Amino acid sequence: MSENTKQKVTLAKALNMGLRRAMEDDPKVLLMGEDVGKLGGVFRITDGLQKDFGEDRVIDSPLAESGIVGTAIGMALRGYKPVVEIQFDGFVYPAYDQIVCQVAKMCYRSQGKTPLPMVIRIPFGGGIGAVEHHSESPEAQFAHTPGLKVVACSNPIDGYWMIQQAIAAPDPVIFLEPKRQYHADKAELDDSATPDPLFTSRVVRRGADCTVLAYGPTVKTALKAAEAAAGEGKSLEVIDLRTLSPLDMTPVLESVRRTGRAVVTHEAHVNLGLGAELSARITEECFYSLEAPVLRVGGFDTPYPASRIEEDYLPDLDRVLDAVDRSLDF
Amino acid sequence: MTQAGFGPDLAEVFGPAHQAHEAGGAPDLVQLLTPEGERVEHPDFSFGDGLSRDELAEQVRGFFRDMTLTRRIDVEATALQRHGELGIWAQLLGQEAAQIGAGRALRPQDYVFPTYREHGVAYCRGVDPLLLLGLFRGVDQGGWDPRANNFGLYTIVIGAQTLHATGYAMGMQRDGVVGTGDPDRDAAVVAHFGDGASSQGDVNEAFIFAASYNAPVVFFCQNNQWAISEPIERQTRIPLYQRALGFGFPGIRVDGNDVLATYAVTQAALQRARDGQGPTFVEAYTYRMGAHTTTDDPTRYRLSDDVERWKLKDPIARVEVYLKRNGLADQAFFDSVAAEADDLGHRLREGCKAMADPQPMSMFDHVFAEETEELRVQREGFASYLESFEGARA
Repeated sequence: MSENTKQKVTLAKALNMGLRRAMEDDPKVLLMGEDVGKLGGVFRITDGLQKDFGEDRVIDSPLAESGIVGTAIGMALRGYKPVVEIQFDGFVYPAYDQIVCQVAKMCYRSQGKTPLPMVIRIPFGGGIGAVEHHSESPEAQFAHTPGLKVVACSNPIDGYWMIQQAIAAPDPVIFLEPKRQYHADKAELDDSATPDPLFTSRVVRRGADCTVLAYGPTVKTALKAAEAAAGEGKSLEVIDLRTLSPLDMTPVLESVRRTGRAVVTHEAHVNLGLGAELSARITEECFYSLEAPVLRVGGFDTPYPASRIEEDYLPDLDRVLDAVDRSLDF
Repeated sequence: MTQAGFGPDLAEVFGPAHQAHEAGGAPDLVQLLTPEGERVEHPDFSFGDGLSRDELAEQVRGFFRDMTLTRRIDVEATALQRHGELGIWAQLLGQEAAQIGAGRALRPQDYVFPTYREHGVAYCRGVDPLLLLGLFRGVDQGGWDPRANNFGLYTIVIGAQTLHATGYAMGMQRDGVVGTGDPDRDAAVVAHFGDGASSQGDVNEAFIFAASYNAPVVFFCQNNQWAISEPIERQTRIPLYQRALGFGFPGIRVDGNDVLATYAVTQAALQRARDGQGPTFVEAYTYRMGAHTTTDDPTRYRLSDDVERWKLKDPIARVEVYLKRNGLADQAFFDSVAAEADDLGHRLREGCKAMADPQPMSMFDHVFAEETEELRVQREGFASYLESFEGARA
């Protein structure tokens, strides 16, 4: 983006710019996936990149997710840095074996001789009114797998920097993009800024009464909840986790020790989700600081419902505030 | 004639699925050396063209030595498993020609993605056989450096590596090492798998990717007739090599017990790939004389008659007969190979037993190229725990 140092961009545009810059910086970076070439991806994240970098670097793939990830492994073994696009979260499962058995274990199996620097981009989460398999939150499946690093961006600025950092990272990264944010809000991007390191969480709103932990699409929900709570005289601290594996607990623990309360919110099913892990770790580390049990607000333990009722399934401002109230009432 | 009342008779369309089973030289089976040790010609593939008699003799003697040593690796490893030194072993007995023919057709710059039975190919690539044992003993998950010999680590999940091979071949295309005409530069990839793996989605996806991108990859299937207890009939209704047609690239069935033919066919397929003409499917028609692994009992599912019949097609015996009958090797040669095999066997026995267990703390190594703080904390916690015991290991 040498032509522009500051501009207001959507998350989709920011990711596109981040991918472009990564490809300019490193000729070994290439993109693979269904429809990523001429179409520019179903969400247009790779728009224009094939035109500028050619078909050898922006590779339209056959419709076979295991094949896309599996061949990307071979590319990485040959010294390339493939960035794979899985078209929708629910379509990642055909590639599950390649991701958890091959991508995740190649470094370990080879005793460090063949690490796999590659990125698997997954548009994730709901709220776009899609049919089934298009609105899932599979992050816990990957965060539970040793050998994978999992991150989720929540806004255009992070999208721009985090995708470049993920590509530059020496390990495989599952890169989660909140699809309903792609074209939602614009933010001013300054490409000369210094970003936070990739595997760090960030306090995005200061507060004193309760800590709300969120990532990806629920960061916006949490911020709205904090805004609403402020009107009622309650001060919520909001942390954007950004990295789901490894978890960056330092700002989380520091915050909970101050507020004495934590509410975790994510779109994924509550049972065995990231919230369970966060709750366990907070309890282990902050037991004597806690004024209330860690509470979780997430998707229910049902398959993702039909889109006409997905707003009831997804954690919204009111459910987060309800949890905050329950926490404060302890 | 139709089958089950619809569709064409597959035997009419493709020929009997197992016509090569009995025949020495069925039309769709490339063979250059019969089980009786007789050289035969094939219209499309040849061995030894342009070689002097001495050069040819030297190469065939080399194959004999390679196969004999490979068999010894297998026999010793099987014995080591029986003595409790290995947790398990995947036997290759009977598949020596398929592996040596394929392995010797490689050039240094080619790259191999094996499954877990390619001990002969590993040997051809210069991987110390002792390193193969480490995986089966449980001291590591593959002790060799995949980049040192261009020989990947064994892949246990059936067929997953065929996609890695295809992607690697696509990388070679982008590196400009395909179709340049420079024999020292042009490279190709071999993906090894078995008849059972041919049923896997990944293998079929690899075929599609390879065909679609014209990737320089040779799919080398050792059809050893059995996927643990399931016969080839449970995997396919047509000869496997004919599947390649449906994906848009050539398929060839070669006598997998004929080292000259597997060498000639693989070399041609590799050259085709190196020249930029895309993938080839090679079906090496062979037989797994042993069990799937040492945990398996083949007497429960197959007839001893079949095994006896395949013994007559032994890949090593036919080369020995050929060398002897044509005066291409003297007794001193056979004695020296036998002595070398004994030495190798001795080295494997001693080396395997001497292999130390890894230190428990090593389990934390290389999970990532860049270790996480979470893992560092776990590592240190476990180290402290171990050190809390009296007389703890360092």
